Order: sequence, then structure tokens, then C-alpha cells
Amino acid sequence: MSESQISDAIQAAIAENPVILFMKGTPDAPACGFSARTVAVLQSLDRPFAAVDILPDPRIRQELSALSGWPTIPQLFVDGELVGGCDIVMEMYQSGELHELLGLDATAGEQAGEEEPAPGAPLTIENRL
Amino acid sequence: MQVSVDPEELKRRIEAGIPGSSAEVTGDGHHFQAVVASPAFAGLSRIAQHRLVYDVFGAELGDRIHALSIKTTAPTEAAR
Repeated sequence: MSESQISDAIQAAIAENPVILFMKGTPDAPACGFSARTVAVLQSLDRPFAAVDILPDPRIRQELSALSGWPTIPQLFVDGELVGGCDIVMEMYQSGELHELLGLDATAGEQAGEEEPAPGAPLTIENRL
Repeated sequence: MQVSVDPEELKRRIEAGIPGSSAEVTGDGHHFQAVVASPAFAGLSRIAQHRLVYDVFGAELGDRIHALSIKTTAPTEAAR
């Protein structure tokens, strides 16, 4: 698999998933504290999200950072746009901006995700290629 | 284990690299937290603000500087 194929797969994944997190490890087994905290925030919002483990191939991170211009992991994308890493996601969660961005009511917190069926298991970049 | 990095070095480099900024950096030599205030952040998105700080260190991030947690503020906004 070439770098450009990996880059294409990353772009396709970002385009196809309204909420997608590139992380170290998986949501069930995060391999880094920053990824773990970001996953915990997303899971608390009860909004389905796709997740990609960047660890299996170092070129995933390399191509992702080249595309996003963002050096660190995790990276959260919503509707095709980079939102940020752990620090920004935490700040936006605390201020209620993340709820707003995801179309959730920060005060109610109950009515998440009805309109969109949850994707099954989080996808990984490998099973796309 | 990588060689430990002094948080003071990061502070000096951020303040030299971002016009009018003041930074407080703490850390254990590998993982750091930086609180950076600069009028250069005014009007920028958080993404753009954090990028300015990341850009000071480039490829050292994730390597020599294992992890850098960032909080940015634009003092002119806070003063209003």
C-alpha cells in the first residue's frame, strides 16, 4: 500500500463519517492518555463516532498530519473539518461548544443521535483498504 | 528514555516565536503544559491559535518534546 493510497483512504474516511476520531489505540483500548480522554468525552455525549487507530502503520499518522497540518494525535474531525486535539475538545466540551457543534442540546443531553443510526464497530483504516 | 527538556526552554522559545506573547510552561521534562497569552491570537480560531504554538517546535513535537498540552488566550479579548 502506497502513501498516496493511505492518504486517499484517510480523506475518504473523513468525508464519509460526520464525526471521526483518529487516535492511538481503539475506543475500547486507548493506547495514550490524550486519546483516552478524548474518547471519554465523545462517549459521554452519546453521539456515534467513527474511530481510526493510527498505530498499526506509522504512515497513517504521517499522511494524516500532512493532510490536516496538525502534528499531534488524537485529531477529531466533524463534518470534514478538523476540530482539534485533546485540549481543544476538552475546552469545547466544558464550554458547551462541542455539544453545539455536534447538534446536541448541552442542557438536556438526552436526545442524542436519534436521527442517525450508529455505525457498527468503529472502522479502522485497514478494513477500508 | 529521551533526554529531559527544561520547561523554561519551551517558555523562552514560545515567547520568542510568537509576537507579544507570555507563556507559562510546566512539565516533567517530557510532557508539558503551556498556557500562552498573546494579542497575536485575537480573532483566530482555537485551531489556528494552537497551530502557532505547535509551529514554534515543528518536528520536535512527539519526539524530543513527547507531549505538549496547550491553552491559549488573547489578552485583549479578556480585558474587555
